[in-house]
Amino acid sequence: MHIFGVIITGIGALFLFIGSLGVFRMPDVYNRVQAGTKCTTLGSFLTIIGVGIMQPEWFWKTLIIVVFVLISNPVSSHALGRASRKSGISLCDKSIVDKTKEFKGYQE
Amino acid sequence: MTNRLSKRNSMKKKQSGIHSIIYLIYLFVILMVIWMTLTLSFEKQELFTGIIVSFILSLTLYSTFQIIGFPKVTVKKIIFLCIYIIILFKEIIIANLDVAYRVIHPKMPIKPGIIIIKTELKQDLAKMILANSITLTPGTFTLDIDDDKLLIHWINVKTDNIEEATKIIGARFEKYLKVIFA
Repeated sequence: MHIFGVIITGIGALFLFIGSLGVFRMPDVYNRVQAGTKCTTLGSFLTIIGVGIMQPEWFWKTLIIVVFVLISNPVSSHALGRASRKSGISLCDKSIVDKTKEFKGYQE
Repeated sequence: MTNRLSKRNSMKKKQSGIHSIIYLIYLFVILMVIWMTLTLSFEKQELFTGIIVSFILSLTLYSTFQIIGFPKVTVKKIIFLCIYIIILFKEIIIANLDVAYRVIHPKMPIKPGIIIIKTELKQDLAKMILANSITLTPGTFTLDIDDDKLLIHWINVKTDNIEEATKIIGARFEKYLKVIFA
């Protein structure tokens, strides 16, 4: 059981690493937020649950932490993305479509 | 925004007092469940503290909870909620593998863009859950929301047509949320 927990935590750490690598490699803010939230969601889930498996008496507490992360993670990424769009940070050159101008509150 | 809120407040006030007591009980039960999971003990002291703190918190917060709104609970909705959670977890895992692949790939196969999709959901809570689910799923995240439109950043744009994009991104969650918040 202990070894299983270690493996789960290891996979989680790998995802966290890929997430941070994505923050460096991606070309603009929005893609960085994508990499930063997507990979860290599963990364933190697996790391926390893995600790819960290693210490069975903590399992339910870790489950509660995972639920809170599940609720707060998208909210924080949404706040980052919205703030950067509102302050007019432009998309990278690779972008193929930008419909922001058609959205209410962004026509300036 | 304030106008909308005050309108809704006056709407809520017309409803009977029993309604607010139901919300109070909902909130109390939720807080109590979280407390029990965190402490994991059934000693008298722990339970007593939990009951007092949850009661005070639910007394002060139930009016806010009422503004958020909570659908009526039926068996069918609970089943749909369970299916929804399973689908959400499946999508989270796909999302992670998808983005991890795009990050590791030497050429970085991304086609980013910002598009608009539409939703048919009416309640604020339902829209919030939809927006958060979209953020958690493959390559998309919600930038802003306005009435029935959502502004979405897509890492691999397949179409810029509103209807098609709605089908690809929103439809898989919307059909379940429509039942849950009916």
